[in-house]
Amino acid sequence: MSLVFTLASRNLFQDRLRFVASLIGIVLSVVLVMVQMGLYFGFGRMITTMIDHVSTDLWIVSNGAKCFEDLSLLSTAMQKRLLAIDGVAEVVPVVVGFSVWSLPDGAMTPVFVIGSDIAAGGLSPWNVVEGSVQSLTAPGTVAVDRSYYDRLGVSGIGATSQIRGLPVTVGAVTDGIRSFTTTPYVFTDLGGARSYVGLPASFTSHFLVRLKAKADVEGIRRNILSNISGIQALTPDQFREQSRSFWLFGTGAGAALLAGVLLSAIVGTAIVAQTLFSSTKDHLYEFATLRAIGASNGYIYKVIICQAVLSAIIGFAVAALIGTAVVHFTAKSALQIVITPNLMIELFLVTVVMCVVSAIAAILRVIRVDPAIVLTR
Amino acid sequence: MTELIIEAANIGKILGTGPARVQALKDVSLTLSSGKLTILMGPSGSGKTTLLSILGCMLAPTDGTVRICGTSTTGAHPEQLAKIRRQHIGFVFQSYHLFSTLTAAENVQLALDVRGEQGHKAIAKTAEVLASVGLTSKMASFPRQLSGGEQQRVAIARAIVAEPSAILADEPTAALDSANGQATMAILSRIAKERNRAVLVVTHDPRLFGFADRILYIEDGSLTREELTDSKSIKAQQQA
Repeated sequence: MSLVFTLASRNLFQDRLRFVASLIGIVLSVVLVMVQMGLYFGFGRMITTMIDHVSTDLWIVSNGAKCFEDLSLLSTAMQKRLLAIDGVAEVVPVVVGFSVWSLPDGAMTPVFVIGSDIAAGGLSPWNVVEGSVQSLTAPGTVAVDRSYYDRLGVSGIGATSQIRGLPVTVGAVTDGIRSFTTTPYVFTDLGGARSYVGLPASFTSHFLVRLKAKADVEGIRRNILSNISGIQALTPDQFREQSRSFWLFGTGAGAALLAGVLLSAIVGTAIVAQTLFSSTKDHLYEFATLRAIGASNGYIYKVIICQAVLSAIIGFAVAALIGTAVVHFTAKSALQIVITPNLMIELFLVTVVMCVVSAIAAILRVIRVDPAIVLTR
Repeated sequence: MTELIIEAANIGKILGTGPARVQALKDVSLTLSSGKLTILMGPSGSGKTTLLSILGCMLAPTDGTVRICGTSTTGAHPEQLAKIRRQHIGFVFQSYHLFSTLTAAENVQLALDVRGEQGHKAIAKTAEVLASVGLTSKMASFPRQLSGGEQQRVAIARAIVAEPSAILADEPTAALDSANGQATMAILSRIAKERNRAVLVVTHDPRLFGFADRILYIEDGSLTREELTDSKSIKAQQQA
C-alpha cells in the first residue's frame, strides 16, 4: 500500500486541535446543508402529499390553479363532458377550501376542508388510526389528524364541534397528515365539504379522471384540453411539479432553503480550505523534501487530496449521525425533515467535493514551493 | 568501473535582481564519477549550496549545462527535473528533513514510494538499507525518538534506498558531534566504494578530508582548487 494515506492521515491527525476545529466546521456545514436539504425535501413532500395519496390518471383544475390548495372552481356539469371523452372511465369530483372550526371556548380556527365521494374512491384520508374512512359517508362526520387535537380542541373519536356553524363529529383519526400551511386538514364527504366551504352544488374544485385500461394518457389529456376550455388537465407528475414549483419557487421558500444550502457549503469549503492550507503551510518543508526526493506533482496532490477526503469522510460520518438524530427528534414537527438514502449519498458526494475543492488553495501553495529551500534550513 | 555521473560545464548563477543581484557562481565546471567521494569545501556564502542545488536539479543555472547520467537538464520542466532526481539522485540534508509523523522505516520507504515501488519488495529493501546503516532495531521509531546521528543515518538510508547514481549531501555532519560526524562520513564513504555511487559532500569541516577521494575548494562562486587525496597528489587549479 502506498504511503500517501499514511502520510496524509498522520499529518492530518498530528495537530489534533486544528483537526477538531476543522471537523467542527465540516460537521456544522454538512448538518446545515443536510437539514436544509431535508427541509426542502420535506416541504416538497408535504406540498404534494394529497396528490401522492390518491390514485388517478389525470387531475382537472381550473386554468389559474397553481397547486392543490389553490381555490379552483369548476362547473359540476363538466363531469358529464369529461365522461363523454373517449377513454375516460371515471370522473370523481373533489371539493377543497378553507373554512372555520369552532373551538370549545367559542373561538374559531381555520381549517382546510377536503371532500370527495368516498365510495367512488375519491380523495380519502390515509393512515387512519382510529375509526374508519367509511364513517365519513355519514352526514356531519369528519376525519382529523391527531397531531391537531390541541389546535381543534378535540380529543378523539366522537368529539364534536362545528365547521362554519354546522355540527360535525370526529369519525376517523389519522396520524401524520400534516399541512405545511399549518392549517389542519379536515376530511369529509363531498356534500359536507360543499356545505363547510360554502360552495354551491353546481361547483367543484377538482376532478379526478381515471382512464380505461391501456388508454393513451397523453392523447386523452390533449383531447380533454381541446374539448373543454379554461381548464388544466395534468398528470399526477405534472400536478406535483406545478405545485412544488409554485410553493418552493413561486413563494421563494425553496429558493431561500437552497440559498441556505449554498451558503452552508461555501462556509464549509472555506473552513476546510483554511485548515488544509494552514496544515500544508506547517508541513511546507516536508512537501519541499518530497519534491527534493523526486515526488511528482501528482504524488503531492494525492497527499493533500487524501487529507481532504479523510476530513470529508470523518466529518460526514459525524454529521450523518447528528442529521439522523435531528430527523428523529423533528419527526412529529409541523415541517418534517426528510433525509432519504439517496440524499445521504448525494450529501456525502457533496461533502467530498467540498473538501476536495478546499484543497485547491493548499495545492496551489505546494506547487509553488521551491525544493531548494530544504538546503537552506 | 568508474562512470561519469554528473557533468557540469561553465555553470553560472545569478541570484536576485536589481541592487540585490548577486553572481553566486561563475564559470564552474566539474564532474562527479561513480565510486568516488568528493568533498566540496568553502566558506559561508561561497556558493556551495547553490552549486549543490544546481547539481541536484533543484535550481536551474543562469549559464552553462548540467548532465545527469548523460541527460541534459537544460530547459527541463520542473516535473522532468523531479523525474531526474527520482531516478538518479539521493539527497542527505543538514537538518535531516525526516517526516516527523513517519517511522524510520516509513521515512526510508517513502523514497521508494515516490518512485512507485511498494509492497513486500519495498519493505525488504528498506529493511536491508536500514540494516546497512546499523538501524535495524530503530525501524519502528519516530524521528523524535532517535538521536541526531541516528536521524542522519535514516536520512542516508532514504537517500540510497532507491539506488541512485549520485548522493548529494549538504553539510551532513554539521548538526552532529564529532563521533557521529565521523560515523556518518564513514557510511557515505562506504556507499561510494561498496555501492559504486558518486558522492558529493558539502562541508567546511577539514576533519572530514580523510574520507574524500577528491576535495574541491570554492570561493566567491568559483572553484579555486582541486585536491586528489587518493594519490596524495595535489592539483591546484586556479579558475578565473
